[in-house]
Amino acid sequence: MKAMVYRGPYKVRVEEKPMPKIEHPNDAIVRVSLAAICGSDLHLYHGLMTDLRIGHTFGHEFIGVVEEVGSSVRNLKRGDKVMVPFNIYCGSCFFCARGLYSNCHNVNANATAVGGIYGYSHTAGGYDGAQAEYVRVPFADVGPSVIPDWLADEDALMLTDAYSTGYFGAQLGDIVQGDTVVVFGAGPVGLAAAQSSWLMGAGRVLVVDHLDYRLEKARTMAHAETLNFVEYDDIVVELKKQTDYIGADVAIDAVGAEADGNLLQHITGSKLKLQGGSPIALNWAIDSVRKGGTVSVMGAYGPIFSAVKFGDAVNKGLTLRMNQAPVKRQWPRLFEHIQNGYIKPSDMITHRIPLEHIAEGYHMFSSKLDDCIKTVVVPNAA
Amino acid sequence: MAYIADKPTPPPSADELRARIPGWGADVDPKDRPAFPRERRDLDSGAHWNFPDRQPEIVPRERSIEHKFVTPVFGTAQPLAGLSGAIRRYAYARFSEGRAAHWLLLLAGDRVDAMESHARSLLTLHPDNPVTETGILSEFRRHPIRSRFGRNRADLSHTWLDPILVAGPWLLGGWVAVKVLRRLRGPR
Repeated sequence: MKAMVYRGPYKVRVEEKPMPKIEHPNDAIVRVSLAAICGSDLHLYHGLMTDLRIGHTFGHEFIGVVEEVGSSVRNLKRGDKVMVPFNIYCGSCFFCARGLYSNCHNVNANATAVGGIYGYSHTAGGYDGAQAEYVRVPFADVGPSVIPDWLADEDALMLTDAYSTGYFGAQLGDIVQGDTVVVFGAGPVGLAAAQSSWLMGAGRVLVVDHLDYRLEKARTMAHAETLNFVEYDDIVVELKKQTDYIGADVAIDAVGAEADGNLLQHITGSKLKLQGGSPIALNWAIDSVRKGGTVSVMGAYGPIFSAVKFGDAVNKGLTLRMNQAPVKRQWPRLFEHIQNGYIKPSDMITHRIPLEHIAEGYHMFSSKLDDCIKTVVVPNAA
Repeated sequence: MAYIADKPTPPPSADELRARIPGWGADVDPKDRPAFPRERRDLDSGAHWNFPDRQPEIVPRERSIEHKFVTPVFGTAQPLAGLSGAIRRYAYARFSEGRAAHWLLLLAGDRVDAMESHARSLLTLHPDNPVTETGILSEFRRHPIRSRFGRNRADLSHTWLDPILVAGPWLLGGWVAVKVLRRLRGPR
């Protein structure tokens, strides 16, 4: 089969790889119809994630058709059209039994601090991902869901990570009616978090980024006020001014490891890999939220230490809430919001490319060319 | 201001927000939020086992020493191999996830893996091609000037580092190879 493979930092290509096999009785093999390139895939692409082996196939956002099932699979059959959450999880361990599906203890031999994620290095379990024609899906009775007839394919695709993660991030903010919410990052997760903040009853939603075309999307798709941090000498001071010098009630970091805005942090965190990412957005979140406020962290960071301003967080009495989203928990409610016309997750998609153009897709997304926000990959076999 | 008890600028009314924002307040009650409460014991995950069947461990599998055993299901994408595999195996066997050495060794293993794989690819019919693999040839189809300049992008201050990060190891490798070859040939 054809699959995207990693060849070292900033280098990917399409190769012929062996077809995935059933390796466990509850596995399924899924023929990928659509996959997406996630902002967190760029951390892999740039060589920021640890134990990322040459030949690894990325891709944790995907939908497809069940091609084969293992002997113990009860809930799926060949031919089912499924959406698959980015989390790989068993559904039965201590953590899954409590709904913490992104923290499963039975799927990642390489790390206890990280759950299982498709195509996200061996630090996330060593599973090849779905930017390929076929993918192995462990615990087929637990993760995947059959796509409802009424749900458009691209909306389903966006629910497998980006939109669900943003929705989860807004929930972590514990927003109460009338709250002012500031979202750092106007990428797919930030757009979803901003739109979701309104669902939770926010009174104001502000989005911060440095890419004007993304801020424009935040205004049109998420009805947010926007700030380009490049236009201000100090974005934290500006946010204080705009909130009567109180600060936002809730701040959401939807940027993660490769944040811009401070050259030293960016180079040490993102380029030289001396930190587990550059925590600029997270530090801005800590500094711009009000005392007693809540910081929700959706951005992905590497497992190494980062220079986070923890003293400010302590002195301000902040609540820091974070996790990878337990995606499938979000779906029933998000289905209702889509059916009610409140949200349209596929609105964030800007580009569609064949799998053969994967190197172009990564370069375009990484370099923020052509006003790229979200790229969908279409494998040939679909 | 923060210096008095109430916010001086109150938020817009619920009616105003509801009229302007589709779905405003649909999840204002925490009970309507699927992530609330964070931990729940009443969810049906679909699992029909107490402990999953064990995936056969055909090749010995590295694991974090914070795990009691290899997890019942695990990825088999790229088994450990070569010098990078030895570095990674040592990182897993010796250091817990709480130790910086664990992660720094894994990062070192990644860089060694890249060098090993690039060298190995030169012996195949499909050698690495940094031009096609970086996607750089697509630049001209994607509005490289308009996308980058005149738009206040903060990342332009460090974009110059990217070609160095991509080409640097190749140039360094070439330089080392030349040095080694010259030394092997000896003085003339």
